[in-house]
Amino acid sequence: MSLLSATGVDYSIDRISILNAIDFQLEPGELVGLIGPNGAGKSSLLRLLTGIEAPDRGEIQIDGQLLTDISPQQRARILGYLVQGAQAYWPFSVEKVVGLGRIPYQKWWRQSSAEDQSKIDQALQMTETLAYRNRIVTTLSGGEQTLVMLARIFATENQLILADEPVAALDPYHQLHVMEILRQHASGQRAAVVVLHDLSLAARFCDRLYLLSHGKLDCCGSVTEVLTGENIARVYGVDCQIECNEKGVSVTPLNRISEHHP
Amino acid sequence: MNLKAVDARLLNFILLIALLLVLVLVVNVGAVDIHLGKALDDAWHHRASIESLIFFDIRLPRALLAALVGATLGLAGAALQGLLRNPLAEPGIIGVSNGAALGAVIVFYYGFAGFAWFVLPLAGLLGALLAVLLIFLLVGQSRSIITLILAGVAINAIGGALIALALNFAASPYAMQEILFWLLGSVANRSFREVQIALPFMLLGWAMMLYCGRFLNALTLGEDTAKSLGFDVVRLRLVLILGVAASVGAAVSVAGNIGFIGLVVPHLVRPFVGYEPRRLLFASALVGAILLLLADVAVQSMSATTEMKLGVITSLVGAPFFLLLILKSRNTLQ
Repeated sequence: MSLLSATGVDYSIDRISILNAIDFQLEPGELVGLIGPNGAGKSSLLRLLTGIEAPDRGEIQIDGQLLTDISPQQRARILGYLVQGAQAYWPFSVEKVVGLGRIPYQKWWRQSSAEDQSKIDQALQMTETLAYRNRIVTTLSGGEQTLVMLARIFATENQLILADEPVAALDPYHQLHVMEILRQHASGQRAAVVVLHDLSLAARFCDRLYLLSHGKLDCCGSVTEVLTGENIARVYGVDCQIECNEKGVSVTPLNRISEHHP
Repeated sequence: MNLKAVDARLLNFILLIALLLVLVLVVNVGAVDIHLGKALDDAWHHRASIESLIFFDIRLPRALLAALVGATLGLAGAALQGLLRNPLAEPGIIGVSNGAALGAVIVFYYGFAGFAWFVLPLAGLLGALLAVLLIFLLVGQSRSIITLILAGVAINAIGGALIALALNFAASPYAMQEILFWLLGSVANRSFREVQIALPFMLLGWAMMLYCGRFLNALTLGEDTAKSLGFDVVRLRLVLILGVAASVGAAVSVAGNIGFIGLVVPHLVRPFVGYEPRRLLFASALVGAILLLLADVAVQSMSATTEMKLGVITSLVGAPFFLLLILKSRNTLQ
């Protein structure tokens, strides 16, 4: 049974169709990439999988259980969602931001417990953010902030992580760092879904890829099955140079195909 | 401002002690010097005396009302700033204040105020309720917080326009003066009956706002993250706004419009609670109560033929102070 699955999912906003008949599976230990051009519906699919939006038709299941049958608190303990460009509105300390990850375990009248504190420490350690635990999060660089937001998810100890473009706007060092952390997470009974624009990173870190185009699933499968010159030309409208070597697949976009109208 | 956040329990304890001290100070201040011990002693032995009369019928209800209204405004300001993630939000922004004021103004306009003591606060509460109903008719289940703010602004404007209309056509200069003075906000000449009518709504509203504390913390990372942490954003938003409406509606109904407490207090307290919206709630309620009590002492100790209204002094002191705070903290605010 899949850890997380979507079957025949349709979704629309204000009667404009966003997603159409999407099927999706995530197996234990997998890191799955959602790729596709801007507006293909990647983020929307991720929001449906997280349960913060509901599909018009179709089913989303966690471990064979309908997502709608799980209490929001239980869902929050299983699924961690990393919002695209997540930022804190108030100048919280790093530790306080990470502490928000403990909310699914807290009753509203209780102060945080010693267990909360140890989970926070652990999460800071895992993301190598221990050094700036007392810094104000809004003063950190974009890369550091993303690591802190990931630490927030680790503090919840989610089995599943769903990350929306976590490496967009990050420098190569932090891109690799964030992807390595997600890769490490996806093992045993845990798994992760990540929306990516960088096809080389997708090729290097993901087990399987789902290529979306205009709200439909164009194709899915292993990296070498999905990242072919033909697929990329058809969906993205660009010619690519695809290199395979012992270090993996790298994709370099070369030029736009003029007759393509995405 | 780089203040280190103070331990939560310690801060609340200090503020509670401060509130009690200020309360004791306030009931000792007034136009007449009374001996507090004698007042309590007389009341205990059911002896009617000037002292006990002044203490129980004038000073105590006035002080209690100032504390309750101040706490409501501080708490509601903190709750709304957390919900809207906007440091400029204040309790009036969702239109309840003007709704309540309009209810009261209509009572003055038609001269109903003299019929019974409860007509005025009741009309205020009805006005506040009407404003909230209007907001929910306009906004409904909308996802957007902007729609909510704009609806509040519109309802505030309608309330303001109708108040202006009432002033324009006021039957006599006396009615007009009565309305104007009431609008300025005051807790003078109130009795326990006003406390009684306002308190249930205030307590209900406080409970609803405090219930949303963790939700407000989660909102710091945006509505989507709050949803993913298990919060029903639409429902909790409703709970919080109804809480603000019930308590602020009750406060305005008995004390008129008192500005700047709801706006300034959360700013003042925020650095001491590590900018945490949840901890800000209770601390802001206490600081709001303390500040409004002190403002009322200031009003009473100024000797003048016409007493300065409470709402006037909070705005006179609050506005420049707010400006100062903004200038000092502009680097920490985004």
